[in-house]
Amino acid sequence: MKRLQWFFVLFGLIVAHASVAQTLAVGPVSGNEAALPIAVVPFAFEGAGMPPDTDIGAVIGGDLSRSGQFRALARQDIVEMPARPADVKFATWRLLKQDFLVIGRISDADAGALRIEFELFDVAKQTRLMGLAIGARPNDLRGAAHQIADLVYEKILGVRGAFWTRIAYVTATGIGRDTQYALMVADSDGFNPQTVVRSREPLLSPAWSPDNKRLAYVSFERGNSSIYIQELTTGSRQVVASYRGINGAPAFSPDGSKLALTLSQSGNPEIYVMDIASRRTTQITKHFSIDTEPVWMPDGATLLFTSDRAGKPQIYSVPAAGGDATRVSFQGEYNARATIGYQGKTLAMAQGSGNVYRIAVLDRSRGGAGDTSLISPGNLDESPSFAPNGSMILYATREGKRGVLFAVSADGRVRQRLVLADGDVREPAWGPFRQR
Amino acid sequence: MNNPMRVILSLAMMASLAACSKKVKEEAPTPTPEPTKVETPVAVDDGKFDASDLDSDSCLRQRVVYFDFDRAEIRAEAQAVLACHGKYLTDRPSAAMTLEGHADERGSREYNLGLGERRGNAVSSALQANGGQAAQLNVVSYGEERPTCSDSNDECWGKNRRVEIVYTAK
Repeated sequence: MKRLQWFFVLFGLIVAHASVAQTLAVGPVSGNEAALPIAVVPFAFEGAGMPPDTDIGAVIGGDLSRSGQFRALARQDIVEMPARPADVKFATWRLLKQDFLVIGRISDADAGALRIEFELFDVAKQTRLMGLAIGARPNDLRGAAHQIADLVYEKILGVRGAFWTRIAYVTATGIGRDTQYALMVADSDGFNPQTVVRSREPLLSPAWSPDNKRLAYVSFERGNSSIYIQELTTGSRQVVASYRGINGAPAFSPDGSKLALTLSQSGNPEIYVMDIASRRTTQITKHFSIDTEPVWMPDGATLLFTSDRAGKPQIYSVPAAGGDATRVSFQGEYNARATIGYQGKTLAMAQGSGNVYRIAVLDRSRGGAGDTSLISPGNLDESPSFAPNGSMILYATREGKRGVLFAVSADGRVRQRLVLADGDVREPAWGPFRQR
Repeated sequence: MNNPMRVILSLAMMASLAACSKKVKEEAPTPTPEPTKVETPVAVDDGKFDASDLDSDSCLRQRVVYFDFDRAEIRAEAQAVLACHGKYLTDRPSAAMTLEGHADERGSREYNLGLGERRGNAVSSALQANGGQAAQLNVVSYGEERPTCSDSNDECWGKNRRVEIVYTAK
């Protein structure tokens, strides 16, 4: 029953935004019985004008449920609408078996802005855990709601929330030579999709700069793969690598000054590090195999990358200044496209066995070779990308002839599909934390 | 079929093959005849391809080379096609081609870019072994980004693991 109610909440979201072209629709896939029940009451509007279209409470509840850590109470089961702490009757929420309660209200602030006040309560202890007010522009109430969800998540779980973040992905519509590609950026829940660049040639491998302001990506619009860096606010962009052969797999260093990339100008794909300001490149690997997909460890001193130097692709580690490579992944015949979790203790990768490709998480926190667990059902799961707090992973898979994105909790217990209304969605990249 | 008959038939086939695929190349006579010409090892130029053979010759019209999963070795069946394209490059030094390397959808996209390039390089090497020059050959890998077939099954994957020969100068 709980799952059914949850479905209706999401169904409401889909219907509410069905008219918005190219909005990612979200649908539930699986639930988690261990999730914490939380009621997010619709926020009261106390301003002078028309109430906003955005249902802040629904956005917060959707975020918390998608994380797998919470289960938001369905709207039709919210029988009371307290707007202030004095209005809260804890007995009601205890009867509804809720552990936590969020209430809030929206009022006018200066210069057309809005002020959102909210409180978080522990229902069993009948105490207020948090009470804050944040300012918001009327056209960014979803952003404000994601920030509130982050604060609630952190207050209860002690881990920074990653709902107020963005994702990049690539869409492809049409078939064969008529395919149109687009690099998109959207909120972490798939709303507010914006086109970054369109192309009639393939686009792939978007990568975020740590300051959230730029995307690096690979485009074939010059007839061969080239790496571009594009400013998101102005749209201005520059080609930073267009050498003979492959120019691929860009990855910004944690301090944003360097770009790790793959070049095959020497005859086969090798890992390089480019100083972005001077464009000077340093070759890091030197091996006749395919070396590609570099990613930075959080300290900026080590790169992980994919190499088939042992026959099949596996994940390796190499000092970012160059040096000997050491193998990281040992379980599974095919491991590629590493993404690094919070603080570098876990990594996820696409793991292949025969014709089945799934997302595997390698936990190295206890030392040694680490423990590997599969967190997606297959068959063609690829391109994992960790949320900046390590709690969730976005990945791409195929349903029939169509590419779709899934968000899965890092323990694999809750999955949710994000799917574009038309065409193929692939190559998700979860952006870094944003600064308020 | 008796022996004289077989000989006559095969002679007739050879004659027709020579007529349709190996045309005499018309060239302006050089003002000073070179006596050293007889020393050149290449056969007389009536066996050379010309640009129109790209559309008419049954071997040259084949422009796709297929590969096994996660492999870049040229299959035996592709040798004849690579031999005739190698000969074309030899016969026409101004000709040039791009070898577009492709992979099936399985595995990561960037790794598949590497795999597509490895396949393109394998075809480039085979063409050079058949007389083509490195300067005539350009390899571009599209990885899994340009499939010709969009189903997720063995038949489709086999069609997508390929190198396409695209002439950029005839």
